[in-house]
Amino acid sequence: MMDAWYRLVDLVLPFEWTSHIFMKNALLAVLLFSPLFGLLGTMIVSNRMAFFSDALGHGAFTGIAIGGLMGLMDPVWTAALFSIAFSVVITLIKHYSKASTDTVIGVFSSTTIATGLVIMSRGKGIPNSLLVGDILSITPGEIAFFLGIFAVVIVLWILILNRVFLISINRSLALSRGINPLWTEMLFTAIIAVVVTVSLQWVGILIINSMLVLPAAAARNIAGSVRSYHAFSVASALVSGTGGLVLSYFWNTATGATMVLLAALIYFATLAVKIRFRK
Amino acid sequence: MELTGGKHIRGTCSGMCCLKIENLGVKFGKKVILSDVNLHVHCGELTAVIGPNGAGKSTLLKAILGEVKHTGSLQFVNAFSEMAQRPLIGYVPQHLEFDAGAPASVFDLFMSCTSRLPVWLMKPSGIRKNVLNALERVEAAHLIDRSLGSLSGGELQRVLLALALEPLPNLLLLDEPVSGVDRKGLELFYDLVSEMRKRHDLSIILVSHDLELIAQHADRVLLLNGTVLSSGTPGEVYASSAFFEIFGDNGFRGGSK
Repeated sequence: MMDAWYRLVDLVLPFEWTSHIFMKNALLAVLLFSPLFGLLGTMIVSNRMAFFSDALGHGAFTGIAIGGLMGLMDPVWTAALFSIAFSVVITLIKHYSKASTDTVIGVFSSTTIATGLVIMSRGKGIPNSLLVGDILSITPGEIAFFLGIFAVVIVLWILILNRVFLISINRSLALSRGINPLWTEMLFTAIIAVVVTVSLQWVGILIINSMLVLPAAAARNIAGSVRSYHAFSVASALVSGTGGLVLSYFWNTATGATMVLLAALIYFATLAVKIRFRK
Repeated sequence: MELTGGKHIRGTCSGMCCLKIENLGVKFGKKVILSDVNLHVHCGELTAVIGPNGAGKSTLLKAILGEVKHTGSLQFVNAFSEMAQRPLIGYVPQHLEFDAGAPASVFDLFMSCTSRLPVWLMKPSGIRKNVLNALERVEAAHLIDRSLGSLSGGELQRVLLALALEPLPNLLLLDEPVSGVDRKGLELFYDLVSEMRKRHDLSIILVSHDLELIAQHADRVLLLNGTVLSSGTPGEVYASSAFFEIFGDNGFRGGSK
């Protein structure tokens, strides 16, 4: 299966940078990661959850730390469970608490990240890849695993997007259409939690939220419907993802950060378009 | 006060003949918002809820919707005096809290409410036709591709009304915006609501601020301020002492408004 991909890349992109196996792997990984970030980002931005998804990244980080502490074979499962639990707790608090949501999230987010850092610093130290990501080291096995996640998320997105969208417009209206906002939000945040967790070590905790928020924010500047919003967001994530990968190869820079810079560039470009055409 | 049978032919009120609210109360923490609210809404009737700011009018609607917890009983009884299942409720919120830049068209809103097909992937022409028909009812078919943020207050209200009528609900809850809709838009809205009511024999609860238009369109008025201060026909309520205390002389009596 990977052989077919390698041959395809050699055929379509016969460049120097694609001659390395790790670049071919990374390219495939980026083609899977970015669209997911673009999709999930739309509703993160529409539901004003940018800070929330940042906190989920912290939860995933601590989940990985705990998974490593417990010495399980693959800490990613412990981490996924932990960050799902974390996302459910924050959603519940957000739902029932009258206190300012961003304060509550801030408290939980900082508690979790500190816990994770303490655990990791006692052990082998904090791996750099968790902070800034290391997509160039992804293996075919890991890509296959992510392909599974990719398929599940796409199916779930087809099933729940209408509801998440309606809640973003108005909760009461959603309720009158028989939607349970709490369950829908929990499912939505659990999806984000899982995606963030499994992609954390390749994308990095400092980078991941930018990749969730920036493409969608850029799309929002120019989209007029839910369809174009999704299309622009996915396109923008793909362009900044693949572009960042290639540029970081030639510039010898951190891949994740280069992707984010490109995404930011696209954001400001769309902002300019919006300002110019909004009379 | 109760109308029983007679006036309406059985079975014509979309399966539900009456909403019975008994002893309803709502508390936010320790603060009592509503207490001891009793209300019967019969099919085909338009009940207007009036009261000062903070009287709990919107909260009453949200309690009926099930969004806020309440004490007391809330029963939907159908045409054959059986307890109905949770009825279909159409709801027109007071305002939509989205920012004007939200990428969402009128079509998107309709499709996400009425279809399980993913809005982000497809735009089926069959659904588009249904949406156009629904918008046609409120004279808003031309708005189908506009983004929600670009609609005026009155346009948005009509779009939301069309949405609340799709599919035809057992009970329609309307929370009229305090501002943002001009006089002409408001009159058009009331005319549309009245027409829908006649055509479909709808039960409607309307939170309103326009005493004059209520007098023209409502069968029953509920004066609310934490609890029911007065209820009856518009004439009866407007003549009550509680009405006078809250709205004073310049409320409606003089008709000078």
